[in-house]
Amino acid sequence: MQQPNLETTVPNARGYYGEYGGRFVPETLIPALDELIEAFNTALADPAFQQQFANLQATYTGRPTPLTYAGRLTEQLGGAQIYLKREDLAHTGAHKINNALGQALLAVRMGKKRIVAETGAGQHGVATATACALLGLECHVYMGTVDIARQKPNVFRMKLLGAEVVPVESGSKTLKDAINEAIRDWVTNVRTTHYLLGSALGPHPYPFIVREFQSVIGIEARQQMLDQVGRLPDVAVACVGGGSNAIGLFHAFRNDENVDLIGVEAGGLGIESGAHAARFADPALGRPGVLHGTRSFVLQDDDGQIMNTHSVSAGLDYASVGPEHAYLRQLERAFYTFATDDEALEAFQMLSQLEGIIPALESAHAVAEAIKRAPQMPKDSILLINLSGRGDKDLDTVISELGGELDGEA
Amino acid sequence: MVKTGLESIAAMFAAAKAQNRAAFLPYYPIGYPTYDDSLDAILAMAEAGVDGFEIGMPFSDPLADGPTIQAATQVALENGITVKRCIEAVRTLRDRGVDQPMLLMGYLNPVLAYGVEAFVRDAKAAGANGLILPDLPPEEAALVGEACAQAGLALIFFLAPTSNAERIALVAERANGFIYLVSVTGVTGARTDLPPDLRDFVARVRAQTDQPLVMGFGISQPEQARMMSEIMDGFIVGSALVRAGGESVSAVRDLAARLRQALD
Ligand SMILES: Cc1ncc(COP(=O)(O)O)c(C=O)c1O
Repeated sequence: MQQPNLETTVPNARGYYGEYGGRFVPETLIPALDELIEAFNTALADPAFQQQFANLQATYTGRPTPLTYAGRLTEQLGGAQIYLKREDLAHTGAHKINNALGQALLAVRMGKKRIVAETGAGQHGVATATACALLGLECHVYMGTVDIARQKPNVFRMKLLGAEVVPVESGSKTLKDAINEAIRDWVTNVRTTHYLLGSALGPHPYPFIVREFQSVIGIEARQQMLDQVGRLPDVAVACVGGGSNAIGLFHAFRNDENVDLIGVEAGGLGIESGAHAARFADPALGRPGVLHGTRSFVLQDDDGQIMNTHSVSAGLDYASVGPEHAYLRQLERAFYTFATDDEALEAFQMLSQLEGIIPALESAHAVAEAIKRAPQMPKDSILLINLSGRGDKDLDTVISELGGELDGEA
Repeated sequence: MVKTGLESIAAMFAAAKAQNRAAFLPYYPIGYPTYDDSLDAILAMAEAGVDGFEIGMPFSDPLADGPTIQAATQVALENGITVKRCIEAVRTLRDRGVDQPMLLMGYLNPVLAYGVEAFVRDAKAAGANGLILPDLPPEEAALVGEACAQAGLALIFFLAPTSNAERIALVAERANGFIYLVSVTGVTGARTDLPPDLRDFVARVRAQTDQPLVMGFGISQPEQARMMSEIMDGFIVGSALVRAGGESVSAVRDLAARLRQALD
């Protein structure tokens, strides 16, 4: 195995992580991407920006989020000690706010007062609408109509926060199509508009900027493990949609070679069914390709047309994955597996019942992997789960999936 | 000697220039509304005296396209059109007598899936003269660019109203065939008004390069075509012709003929 270090996990000047990444976008957008890199670099070097951001994280987002010992889940599984990094307790209920606030501050620095964003689960849309309300920015969120139907509470939240939710009817009517429309809006209004992309994907510098804004997750979790337990975990698990909560967790542990990093994709109805979003698990459909401005693993047919995906969780239902994950996988620094819809739904209930924590369906995929893995680990080992969000938004979906079962028990 | 793709394109501009006008290059996607109709539409435009073609290859996620071309290429995909069929279409069009330059236009991923070298080889063998990929800026184009250069095919790069002097210099340096100027910040689609700063944009680019300049996006009417003829070496009309294609092949022929006659 090659040993990655800080150098090799930073993208090169052209935004490449090994052979993945880059900037495959229409020429119209190139100056805006250059401007964004510039704004990000000068912001990072500006103590006033750092101060403002840290202050918002502490007094608005509620950081640091806690590290919780999941005692009853640990006992039930009978293996590794399980800890939860509680991004569900961040303001708006998911890790998405970390990036949304950071990028909204950059937009203000660039003098751009209009924000467009895509959303799948609605968490990034809510986080963006929140940041825009806080900073007085105009906000338009593109969302596929399939996702609008399955994440209704978040649609209502965005509207309450003053955002316009723009329904997207094209293609599979999910996250992929929302990104297409957001990019089309951005190309049209690029002089006045910042595209606040919600995951560690898209053209350079987005995967880099999103990672930097999300890396607070791992930085805190690593320190909390040392403070509360006295050592690092053996395994750190996160779900992977576009890959922002996972890269945010993994980044701080990248040089801790004894910490296994595990990303969990959406297995949907199972890999053989073809109805999934497991880009790394399906060699027939998941191959390197270019979608939404970046070269990474993409679910595609023989002709290079992008496949429609399926997951019970809207936030994982996407045909590509952030380029740094493709790179970490190639380096064997991180490993990727999947959980099916059924496994995620089971994990959703188990965490609710044993710990009093209702996870987002996305995060439930990470919990599902812990349920498989913990029993095979020694009792003195530690498994850390990134609980990327809370599950209130998913109650409609879960009721329709499990309604009968839950009613029967009442 | 058979001309290379680049030479055919250069000859096209020279011929138009000799007539004191811009070259007119229609865009039309293979497979809309059917495979046969799309070939008939292209043939009809060839007979109407257009100067060259952008032959559209469908992609599931065409993020530089507006609603008209999105919908048409979606129909093409539903009709089973693949990259392979598009290359076959070029061959068939050559067999049926189309002698204008044809540039295949699509998105990068299907070309990668086909294999860049295989694509360039097969496209050239079929009679294509160049390639236009709006999601491939020059700094990412090494692989495709090398294959095209070896085959003598043009690989077209874009400039936009947002392009600064540095970008213009970069594209001018890498350009071959022509430079594609996007008239507006935005996606493809017919527009009644072109932006007021269009002439400034063209002048900024012209000051930095001698390459032929071709404008696209938003052009649909004979008056616009006449204006293009004054300030450009060529221009592209897409959405308006595609919309006509939804009606009939003769509607495409009529619109192409009117746009072409506006240049005389
Ligand atoms: C709670 C939660 N977790 C995870 C994700 C997946 O995104 P990412 O892989 O970027 O963390 C989402 C996306 O909407 C989400 O809402």
